[in-house]
Amino acid sequence: MITLQACLDGILLGVLFALIAYGMALQWGVMNIINIAQGDLVILGGYIAYFMYLYGIHPAWGVIVAPVIMYFVGIAIYKLVINKVVDRDLFISILATFGISILFMQLMNFAFGADVVLANSGYGTTMLFDNNVVLPNSKIFSAFISIVFAICLVIYMKKSKLGRAIRATAQNARAAKILGVDTEKVYAATFGINAALCGVAGALISITFTIHPYMGLPYTIRSFMIVIVAGLGNLPGVAMSGMGLGVFEEFADYILGTEFRIGSVFLLLVLILVYRRFKLSRKREYLK
Amino acid sequence: MRLNKIILSFVSALVILFSTSVASFAKVVGDKIILGAAISLTGKYSSNGVHTQNGYNMAVDRINSMGGVKVGGKTYKFDIIYYDDESNPKRAAQLAERLISQDGVEFMLGPYSSGLTKAIAPVTEKYGVPMVEANGASRSLFTKGYKYLFAVLAPANLYLDVAIETAVELNGGKPVTIAQAFEQDAFSQDVRLGILDAAERTGSKIIIDDKLPKELNDMAATLVKVKQMKPDVLVVSGHTKGALTAIRQIAEMKVDVPMLAMTHCDAAKLSKQHGKNSQYALCASQWHKSLTYKDDFFKDGMTYAADFEKEFGYDPPYQSAESSAALLVFKDAFERANSFDQKKVRDALAATNMQTFYGNIKFAPGGQNVDKPMVLFQVMCDASGSCENKVVAPLKWASAKLIHPIPKWSER
Repeated sequence: MITLQACLDGILLGVLFALIAYGMALQWGVMNIINIAQGDLVILGGYIAYFMYLYGIHPAWGVIVAPVIMYFVGIAIYKLVINKVVDRDLFISILATFGISILFMQLMNFAFGADVVLANSGYGTTMLFDNNVVLPNSKIFSAFISIVFAICLVIYMKKSKLGRAIRATAQNARAAKILGVDTEKVYAATFGINAALCGVAGALISITFTIHPYMGLPYTIRSFMIVIVAGLGNLPGVAMSGMGLGVFEEFADYILGTEFRIGSVFLLLVLILVYRRFKLSRKREYLK
Repeated sequence: MRLNKIILSFVSALVILFSTSVASFAKVVGDKIILGAAISLTGKYSSNGVHTQNGYNMAVDRINSMGGVKVGGKTYKFDIIYYDDESNPKRAAQLAERLISQDGVEFMLGPYSSGLTKAIAPVTEKYGVPMVEANGASRSLFTKGYKYLFAVLAPANLYLDVAIETAVELNGGKPVTIAQAFEQDAFSQDVRLGILDAAERTGSKIIIDDKLPKELNDMAATLVKVKQMKPDVLVVSGHTKGALTAIRQIAEMKVDVPMLAMTHCDAAKLSKQHGKNSQYALCASQWHKSLTYKDDFFKDGMTYAADFEKEFGYDPPYQSAESSAALLVFKDAFERANSFDQKKVRDALAATNMQTFYGNIKFAPGGQNVDKPMVLFQVMCDASGSCENKVVAPLKWASAKLIHPIPKWSER
């Protein structure tokens, strides 16, 4: 029963990670930018849901409102910073997004204070197998919404004009541009979509866990890791690797003790990085 | 050439003389005693940093308006130079250097948190600057042999051992089983040491001993173990985040445990953020407004709380109360030393034996306050769902009877 509990906890957690990681994979694949501020965008999304909760609106509505606001935040970040570094070295873009991350942390701290907060969904608990397996409904809700958003995104990427343009740009930016794709618009939209996904994930995190202005980094690291494992532009891979990471974390926590939870994630990251060392040396190209 | 050398030495001598005279006058300018403090006004400790600053300011205003500090037949008023340490220990140590060597401050107030106090203490010690601190409880601060560090609060290892002793008492004097989960920071690990001591003293057994990571957000695995092993007491300490996460997940996973003891409940605003889910949690606190200690400046806890709320618009957390108490200690020491000589003030501080609205204050040779026990309060809610913290231990100050064991989730 404990194994089942840890597996289910891990899967529910992993689906949420996978949603964040998918945004990162998309952006990485299309623009070759590793966004260190990913986790901070998540936390900002969380604060949107939290403020709705404070004003008496159920925080679950945050999964609709947060992505809309975050989409425009993403576009703004792109226009102000990212489009100036998109054709530069990968190192420059990491530095730029690292700077954005610090700025966001400080701004959130300034605007919302340094208190740890959470939004109560009041969703209750599901008990299974004679009360031996306990699943908070808020986690089930989070996983469900994450899956819905992921499916919508896949359909959007396949069917819509912009989705096709994004995929074309990811495959070969130069060819896409020659064939009339406005790559600048594609880059901006990709960054916006990534921020919107972070917004959804943040809203879900505020109702399942806690949020704090300085809590973004663990989410960046986990999504980075999931993307490394799954590879770019591979949604089923991202989903599987997200869930795998979630289950791995829960088991590491249970077997080795909570103090080794993050350590084991890092160890896994190192092992995978070594393993995939060569596969990551991908041809880089940009077009403005 | 020789003339140049003479001029140069003359100028250097003047500069040195001037700078030392600035420093020696800086501690007391006119009728003002200037204290220095590096406080976390931004960064992750900024909420508690502001509580600390409000506590200091409230005491400065009160002492100044009630006649100030009398030294050598003259009346002085307190003033504080604040710098923002950005919740960063390195920055805090730099600012302490700056306060002492550039601003000429000769008496310091502590920052917020054990970590930052640890960063500042070696600096104040090096310069022989007496520091009264109110927010660094880590035991390691008091075992280093610091001579100029004085803490008005009880050390961290005493935070929750009352809970273990109470649990043993309620178990008819028989040992209990303990599950514990602590964050890996100096403070929480000291709380853990206190529990280990208490367990050894009472013969109790620790059956789960988890360390929570800093970015603790999920303690489901620990709680699964608790559900399996059914300990008598569950102890959690991981600052505000730990308290909020524990209550949320205990309620969601319906973990039944006869006693739940934790730290940082009031900083986490548990009863406000979690309402009835936080009911029955036992919380360690340095101070509670219902305690009946008295002094001439703030009268008692209730009056202090009312005055504080009038000025700052919220109920004072213990971080503010202990910060105010630090100023009362300084005033008392200056008056007894009847001097601004750092050594004399330090000796006077070491001989402190007084009562403030916050509690009795008497320092051990290590600098910790040994005359003020911790209190435990329990979150109690009425039928309408509004919750309040009520002191339940030690019995001398209890305003309500401890509810034990905690009713099962299925019976609530």
